[in-house]
Amino acid sequence: MTPQIDVITLLFSSIFTSNILLANFLGMCSFIAISKDIKSANGLGIAVIVVLTLTNALNWGVLQLLKMWGMEYLAFIVFIIVIAAVVQVLEMVIDRVSPALYMSLGIFLPLITVNCAIMGGALFMQIRSYDFIQSTAFGFGSGVGWWLAIVALSAIRGKIEKNPIPLGLQGPGITLIIIGFMAMAFTGFSGMLPVQ
Amino acid sequence: MNLTAIFLGPAVIAGMTALLGLLIAAVDMVVNNYGEVKVKINGGKKELTVRGGSPLLLTLSEQGIFIPSACGGRGSCGACKCQINSDVGPHLPTELPYLTKQEVEKNIRLSCQVKVKADIDIEIPEELFYVQKYKCKVASIRAVTHDIKEVVFRLPEGKEISYVPGQYAQIVIPPYGKIKETTQRAYSMSSHPKDKHLIELLVRLVPGGIATTYVHSFLHVGQEVELLGPFGDFHVQPTGATMVCVAGGSGMAPFKSILWDLVEKGDTTRPVWYFFGARGKRDLFYTEEMRELEKKLPNFHYVEALSEPAPDDNYTGETGLITDVLNRFFQTVIPKEQQVKMEGYLCGSPGMINACNKVMNSNGIGQENIYYDSFA
Repeated sequence: MTPQIDVITLLFSSIFTSNILLANFLGMCSFIAISKDIKSANGLGIAVIVVLTLTNALNWGVLQLLKMWGMEYLAFIVFIIVIAAVVQVLEMVIDRVSPALYMSLGIFLPLITVNCAIMGGALFMQIRSYDFIQSTAFGFGSGVGWWLAIVALSAIRGKIEKNPIPLGLQGPGITLIIIGFMAMAFTGFSGMLPVQ
Repeated sequence: MNLTAIFLGPAVIAGMTALLGLLIAAVDMVVNNYGEVKVKINGGKKELTVRGGSPLLLTLSEQGIFIPSACGGRGSCGACKCQINSDVGPHLPTELPYLTKQEVEKNIRLSCQVKVKADIDIEIPEELFYVQKYKCKVASIRAVTHDIKEVVFRLPEGKEISYVPGQYAQIVIPPYGKIKETTQRAYSMSSHPKDKHLIELLVRLVPGGIATTYVHSFLHVGQEVELLGPFGDFHVQPTGATMVCVAGGSGMAPFKSILWDLVEKGDTTRPVWYFFGARGKRDLFYTEEMRELEKKLPNFHYVEALSEPAPDDNYTGETGLITDVLNRFFQTVIPKEQQVKMEGYLCGSPGMINACNKVMNSNGIGQENIYYDSFA
């Protein structure tokens, strides 16, 4: 079992040193696809923060239930179902409560159901045996980390837009190279905090 | 692995899924319950109390008001435009491709994309109040040319359609074959205006066309089909001016109705020149009916023109593009005293309408006096 680490450390480590995107490379598809402009990147990032925090907390409860029944092996499928349901409910509630927020977030929510970062968050929570507070903090931290990474990437992509990029590298090609540099930069953080 | 686990696993997952499904349904009932809302139409000329939560197009059609829509509410045709005076949020990305800048400024929306969530104030053309949905039976199908079918629909017992000749109806095409969704298409009515129990449409087969393929290959006599109508503002202006009509193919439809209406109303002296363009002789139809109308309407002239008559057609009438024939008639045939006051009526392909507009403009018919439906 992992040693107990305090929540604040966990929070910051999940944002910076073990960024779910740049250290674990989870949620790459939407990271590359939706990072063309800052506005949508920001919208998707915020949606990820909300959903990741919520589902991690919920999935922790579900996991305890499964553990109680001795059916931890079902966690994988159950996590997916829970995530899908939460996104559905969230979408409806936001639509009703704040149409303006729904307008800016609405189209990203269904995308999140299949975002690997959300699933990854739940699975890390399971194998690292976090308690409820830790799970929630880890979910929130990972979400913020994801948001930070996508906003940074979209800013960089906005800057290089006018640069002469070789034809074959335009679009996803150069984006992947940028992500590589960003990941290297983020590894600079590693070792500062005792993670896991 | 023991047997219980094999059964228990799926059972637990099924149970959880069902539970979450119930949760979603419950949230849906609470969250998407907008209660009763009021729809105010045309500044209060009509007020409806409806259940909120559905798209405007659907809400209105449930109340018997049918905004024209070719796709049936999927946001792919852009026909169901309507002006909304109350604030229903910004334009959706699904609407913008169908709206011009001016329309966006006037807050014209696609009624299939706007949900009715609160009291709403809308404006629609008044004639839409009279549009009804009819469950018709196909009374007859007749091929009038190699690619045009004349389909007659009988309205249900006791129902009548009252329309101005020249207006169109929409036929609801159910899903068939590879087409998975209901489609709606507009066709001008060619019905005899006297018979209010029948709707007659002329449908030309367009290769790959959803509705035309259905009508040509699947529709059979006795079948039930839904029709909506009447729509449109294409009709004869009561000015007494010389009518110059041009049609091609199934564009014959509104003029057949219009001409019989002139006979019916006893307006037999109005000068009418009707040019019908086709490729070969096999594309001509209703010639005898038109000749009959010429006898009933002394000032009516029916002119057929073939652009590519086949050598074995033995054709002796006008030849050439319909626009050239039209131009020639303006110059040499139509009496000058009839050309003092003229109106243009067009029905056909967009290309034909454009070309005829130009010919009419250069022969003294201003754009404001040329009438046509732009859906064809």
